[in-house]
Amino acid sequence: MKLTLRVWRQKNADAEGAMSTYEVDGISKDMSFLEMLDTLNEELILKGEDPVAFDHDCREGICGACSLVINGDAHGPERTTTCQLHMRSFQDGDTIDVEPWRASAFPVVKDLVVDRSAFDRIIQAGGYITAPTGAAPEAHATPVPRPDADFAFEHAECIGCGACVAACPNGAAMLFTSAKINHLNVLPQGAPERESRVLDMVAQMDEEGFGGCTLTGECATACPKGIPLMSITGMNKEWLRATRKAGKK
Amino acid sequence: MARTVWDSSVGKKTVMAVSGLVMLAYLVVHMLGNLKIFFGAGEFDHYAHWLRTIGEPFMHYEWTLWVVRVVLVAAVVAHAVSAYQLSRRDIKARPSKYVHKKPRTSYATRTMRWGGIILGLFIVWHILDLTTGTVHPGGFQSGHPYQNVIDTFSTWYGNAVYIVAMLALGLHVRHGFWSAAQTLGVGSRTRDRALKATANLLALVLTVGFISVPVGVMTGVVS
Ligand code: HEM
Ligand code: SF4
Ligand code: FES
Repeated sequence: MKLTLRVWRQKNADAEGAMSTYEVDGISKDMSFLEMLDTLNEELILKGEDPVAFDHDCREGICGACSLVINGDAHGPERTTTCQLHMRSFQDGDTIDVEPWRASAFPVVKDLVVDRSAFDRIIQAGGYITAPTGAAPEAHATPVPRPDADFAFEHAECIGCGACVAACPNGAAMLFTSAKINHLNVLPQGAPERESRVLDMVAQMDEEGFGGCTLTGECATACPKGIPLMSITGMNKEWLRATRKAGKK
Repeated sequence: MARTVWDSSVGKKTVMAVSGLVMLAYLVVHMLGNLKIFFGAGEFDHYAHWLRTIGEPFMHYEWTLWVVRVVLVAAVVAHAVSAYQLSRRDIKARPSKYVHKKPRTSYATRTMRWGGIILGLFIVWHILDLTTGTVHPGGFQSGHPYQNVIDTFSTWYGNAVYIVAMLALGLHVRHGFWSAAQTLGVGSRTRDRALKATANLLALVLTVGFISVPVGVMTGVVS
């Protein structure tokens, strides 16, 4: 395959960025999108140019490090992570636009790399449980009803990639935050911090400068792990419940 | 607690949902009342007079109406202020657009902000036209709403402004009703189809019901 790439290049956080055009040839349909970018970078290095910086780690679709808005879609045209997107999703001769996640809470570090540490701070605000450390507890000590376990697992699938923020026209982190809150709030292990978790995580989300939800549904469409839009409804419910409880005290 | 609600993006959205639903409930009643125009001047004007006597003798003349007016003004102000503040926040959170643009989301979703502004301007015009009579075409007669309605819908701009606003209302309610259910945490997968159907039905019934009045005047059914 021969492709024309238009890639966002930005030297550093303070520099002005712009789209640069590159031609790549000899791309196999079986390559992943990131391997295609590796090919481009090898050529750039041989030519003595600065390779394109992009995030990646596991390349197995499980770590959430890879990003990229490809032709306007977070993680590209398939519902998967960029590392699991293959070039067979494109046609020979295509022009492909590659841009970084865009949100003021995710500033560009260099080229296609953005700083997603705002997510870490949201997790630090309440995305954990208090548990005694040491030997693993007896598995049957805390029974969890099957529907609750399924619900928790569905939301635990979030890999923290940030595609939801990138796709949202308001740069909102509602889907990410709600996934973690729903995951932990439904389980008995998460019950002690049930109220403080949702209040603190939502407050941190606001603090980081993410936008609010207008229910456009773009986040859930972009999410490679299929976190449902209703997850946000569940978080709103938990937030209202916690606020009412706090008001009564 | 009021502070926590107002300072949080989720809380402010709750204010928006509750105030929106208050206005929505009022509009359903308002639309049904308007349909009385098809029963002639006597019945319509009598209905308008009755609105001022609700709650008597416990309430004084027009007191109940004023309570409703105060609640509605509070709802409009709360809704508009939270819409403005949340929109500002949203725009700030996504300052730079993608170079590769795609049309996204449904029409109703994309028009919430503009539609809201149109509705806000319409509310002001509508009150100045048919409540205070300030911008009313022809001589405004207090106590004769039937004639006043006919005067307004006998002008081309009266019809145009009203119909555009009611189409905007339909779109706003279509996305707004369903959104409010999510904001208040009452949406769920099993209820989703019913909620969307109710939103569509409410939007359709309100728009058609309101627009039937100017259409009635234009076609001479109401004269
Ligand atoms: C003063 C004029 C108005 C303005 C400026 C306005 C603006 C807005 C905006 C910006 C939204 C949020 C849109 C989104 O989430 O994407 C909204 C939501 C909503 N509006 Fe309005 N609107 C106005 C009048 C009305 C009226 C007359 C009604 C009554 C039917 C209404 C009912 C709603 C409802 C139910 C919502 C959903 C709240 C939620 O998302 O939780 N609005 N409005
Ligand atoms: S909710 Fe989905 S899109 Fe958002 S961070 Fe988690 S996995 Fe990524
Ligand atoms: S690199 Fe780990 S999910 Fe893509």
